[in-house]
Amino acid sequence: MTARLVLHQADIARALTRISHEILESNRGASDLVLLGIPTRGATLARRIGAILAGIEPNSIAPGSGTVGFLDVTMYRDDLAKNPTRAPSPTQIPAGGIDGKTVVLVDDVLYSGRTIRAALDAISDLGRPRAVRLAVLVDRGHRELPIRADFVGKNLPTSQSERINVRLTEVDGVDEVTIEGGES
Amino acid sequence: MRHLLSTKGLTRDEAVMILDVAEDMADVAGREVKKLPALRGKTVVNLFFEDSTRTRISFEAAAKRLSADVINFSAKGSSVSKGESLKDTAQTLAAMGADAVVVRHQASGAPSVLAQSGWIDAGIVNAGDGTHEHPTQALLDAFTIRRRLHGASARGRDLDGVTVTIVGDILHSRVARSNVWLLTTLGARVHLVAPATLVPLGVGDWPVSVGYDLDDAIAGRPDVVMMLRIQAERMNAAFFPNAREYARQWGLGDERLALLPAASLVMHPGPMNRGLEISAQAADSARSTVLEQVANGVSIRMAVLYLLLSGASEGLG
Repeated sequence: MTARLVLHQADIARALTRISHEILESNRGASDLVLLGIPTRGATLARRIGAILAGIEPNSIAPGSGTVGFLDVTMYRDDLAKNPTRAPSPTQIPAGGIDGKTVVLVDDVLYSGRTIRAALDAISDLGRPRAVRLAVLVDRGHRELPIRADFVGKNLPTSQSERINVRLTEVDGVDEVTIEGGES
Repeated sequence: MRHLLSTKGLTRDEAVMILDVAEDMADVAGREVKKLPALRGKTVVNLFFEDSTRTRISFEAAAKRLSADVINFSAKGSSVSKGESLKDTAQTLAAMGADAVVVRHQASGAPSVLAQSGWIDAGIVNAGDGTHEHPTQALLDAFTIRRRLHGASARGRDLDGVTVTIVGDILHSRVARSNVWLLTTLGARVHLVAPATLVPLGVGDWPVSVGYDLDDAIAGRPDVVMMLRIQAERMNAAFFPNAREYARQWGLGDERLALLPAASLVMHPGPMNRGLEISAQAADSARSTVLEQVANGVSIRMAVLYLLLSGASEGLG
């Protein structure tokens, strides 16, 4: 099966930089901002966006300050009974908590929207943020729930038989997004 | 994992995975909403043929934190006291739609009979059977040791090189058996200390060393000293002259506590006989993990129930 390369390393870097600016623009700065990445690759992306934000606004975000966290949604999924058992990954919330903050959920691919539904449930068990936004690297369509991303790296119209692979250096050794399969 | 019947069959990776999932479950205890929706709509039956308070409420708390429904069934005052067989009890529970059955039974092997008989199609968790095994107790002990030794970086690690001395009634202790298998699987070195009358016959085949003198064992500076309860209900022969003699020879009293390295952990599965196998000072010292063991028990049992009950029936391992 052939895999078609749709985003190179530079494309991913540019998309994340743009998303970071958009987050700062819509939040009017970096105050009360919490990035929550959904493991595995969403967590990596959240870490990268956090680093870019600190570079853009070094005065309002001290380097290494706790604005980036990780939110595991395994326990909140609606397909737990249908798939093999999944081991959860750690959830790590920044020390300041999420009450009254603007939470930006970060994930790699937005597809059915069910992961984000689970994440919203998980957030409501952790506290009450002022607002929740959603940032994704790739939006591939085919939503099954009324969920929409606020910040999108790239819209990729796909067919449901295709597969999107997001690979990131920290996890997979290379930065790229490919499409596999399709009308074969 | 379909059932959890013993720790003997667990591989190192499976054991580490259970401990890692328990770390995530422990995080839930510190949150505002101490509940996860993972087992919504599942039914867990606590089937207790033997008296137990802490294990039963620990399983009950674990199941409830995962949003499962819990039914408690104790043999006293139930159909069992009217002479119902294990088979009929199991089939009754199956007819009620139990997804998991937590079994404590005075007969060794009762949980594995339930798991293999086909009377009931539910995950079986052994919560202590006779003098055979008590796997969740061993898992929570390993979890407690790992957390104390490695702290926040405990995930993914085993107990390589940790020295554990288990003291007391090894003969009747299912806790000791489960701990021997699990701790050695995780890489720890286990030393048993007991009166010669309370050492089981086949101990030569176990992956442990055996001694009869607690002072010698303490001089060896173990990382962990685990005191076992003298089980009055199983003391049906003259295993030792009397309680005072036992306390002097094999109890962790104040003098022995002072000789123990400051970093060593003092563990006890509870309920404690203060003044017999453990002195009040040892039980209440900062080195004692007794209350942590209780708290960690809920996390471990949440992890086990989650791994058994979530996922399509084949699941992991």
